[in-house]
Amino acid sequence: MAAKEMDVGVFRKAGSEGFRVSWSRRLTTAFAWCFVVFSFLFVAAMFISIIGDVFIHAWPALTPQLLTEITNGIGGGLKNAIEGSMVMSLGALLLAAPIGIASGIYLSEHGEAGTGKMLRFLSDVLVGVPSIVLGYVGYITMVIYLGWQFSVAAGIITLTVMLLPYIARSTEFALRNIPVAVREAGYGLGANEGRVVLHILMPGAAPAIMTGLFYAVALSMGETAPLLYTAGWSNYMWNGHFTKEPIGYLTYVIWTFINEPFAESHRLAFAAAFLITSGVLLLILTGRWLLRRGQRRMGVYPG
Amino acid sequence: MKLPVFRAGLIVTASFLPLSLIALIVFLVIYSWPAIQFNQLHFLWTNDWNLGNLYGNPITVQGAQIMPGAKYGIWFLVVGTIVSSALAMLIAMPIAIGAAYFLGEGIRKSWAGPLSLFVDLLAAIPSVVYGLWGYALLVPLFGRYIFPFMAHIFSFIPFLNGDPGSGYGLLTAAFVLAVMIIPLISATLRESIQMTEPALKEAGLSLGLNRLEVFWHVTLPKLKTVLIGVGILALGRALGETMAVLMVSGNALNYLPNNIYAPISTMAAFIASQLDSALQDPTNMAVKALSEIALALLLITVVVNVAARLLLWMARVR
Repeated sequence: MAAKEMDVGVFRKAGSEGFRVSWSRRLTTAFAWCFVVFSFLFVAAMFISIIGDVFIHAWPALTPQLLTEITNGIGGGLKNAIEGSMVMSLGALLLAAPIGIASGIYLSEHGEAGTGKMLRFLSDVLVGVPSIVLGYVGYITMVIYLGWQFSVAAGIITLTVMLLPYIARSTEFALRNIPVAVREAGYGLGANEGRVVLHILMPGAAPAIMTGLFYAVALSMGETAPLLYTAGWSNYMWNGHFTKEPIGYLTYVIWTFINEPFAESHRLAFAAAFLITSGVLLLILTGRWLLRRGQRRMGVYPG
Repeated sequence: MKLPVFRAGLIVTASFLPLSLIALIVFLVIYSWPAIQFNQLHFLWTNDWNLGNLYGNPITVQGAQIMPGAKYGIWFLVVGTIVSSALAMLIAMPIAIGAAYFLGEGIRKSWAGPLSLFVDLLAAIPSVVYGLWGYALLVPLFGRYIFPFMAHIFSFIPFLNGDPGSGYGLLTAAFVLAVMIIPLISATLRESIQMTEPALKEAGLSLGLNRLEVFWHVTLPKLKTVLIGVGILALGRALGETMAVLMVSGNALNYLPNNIYAPISTMAAFIASQLDSALQDPTNMAVKALSEIALALLLITVVVNVAARLLLWMARVR
């Protein structure tokens, strides 16, 4: 009995005095928790505020004529800009995807040697080049020197240079996640390198690569700076010419029409912002969903 | 010997990446060479961007044809670019660390997944939409209520007092930039936090530290290199940001900010906004001077990115 009481006494003592947490420490922890919660709430609030602001302002302008009319000086619809944004993004994707995926294959399969490391490093640096610099170089090379003027081709090629490193790196990560044993199995059956990559590795990495492509399209849709001086702006529908023919795009509408003094122009700018934001977010979410589904259903390697 | 067609093809296509980076630098240097010769290096720290008298006859100065009175000094752009990015980092860093901890360790995994969507999607919003948001919501809000209030409260602190301005300016630009880079820092840091060895955290816990103290004294020092690397990467992004800054910075010309509410301009925003007026110069020197700014900006961001990548590479973050 006595021993037990003493035990309890010792325990109590340890609990109440030995490990007493000082008030200053409690206060610091409580304050830090408040800050941590605040910082998350801040991020969430910013997101909701951006989406909400754009949506509320865009709501009155979301009419069917947005899709059926072309822009005029101060208002109208966005048919030409929507078409232009799609042409540019898809064009850039068509050019950048093969080159980017091939570079990604090279980086993942031969990336450990000196050249591979150098290449990876340079492509990482290329990601950090400001997009306005890409646009300016596109302007002095294609628009002025090659004489293409503001054109679809100049815009697409500028966007392509911007997308290349993203696609290359996402393809590399996708392929890296496939175990070496899979490659060894392929080579062991007598397949050559091309067959191993195209028939064994690529199907397995396809969902992750697709996600990377979705992200790339989202990125190119949202860009303005590289297009300002390469694609120009046009109030009309695209006539199919690649050079000497400017084209409209949604992000241009946002930044020029908001500077006009008319309420109609402002509504159009917000409508364009709404379309572009929802398009980008939808692409990103679809990409993530594809990856999840691929992982769950087909049992592919994690991306 | 059979020619390895597949591999050769891969190498050729892959070399597009480094070639385009080199081509960027080479084209900019070639095109802006007359401007580089005319401006020397001191155009970086002189403060007089002036296209000259565009209706006069071109004159020849130091072997280059320019308009009379033309000068191309960009010190105000250098200051604006560096100060706005530094201020953005100052705002973004603590919040990004806090959000990364909250999502990485602070709450249970099943909630962290959906909630981290906020961070990931925030990173995906186009920069011109950030600009629109800043223009339509932040500028009136800051200009009418918050800046006058801050200038009044902090009237004894230099750079925080004085004329609260119109809402367009340094602090608004820095705030928008901060919101843009928080998700970049936060996402990488969150992954690194989750990948830190549990044994380290358990050791800290067993010493009687609570979870936040473990994070502050054990995990964060361990991730110091990652944090610096990601921070520099985000800095590079902030330095090169164009549209968002263009729409909220006030586009100052030849003007050095005297407090944090004053209008500024950055190198990237200046290139985007000035090409139209530079094209009015018949000698073409103004366009070449703009391309010299682009070259300077490119070199700054390349240096910043190389530093960040080396740090991250040493920390073995992919």
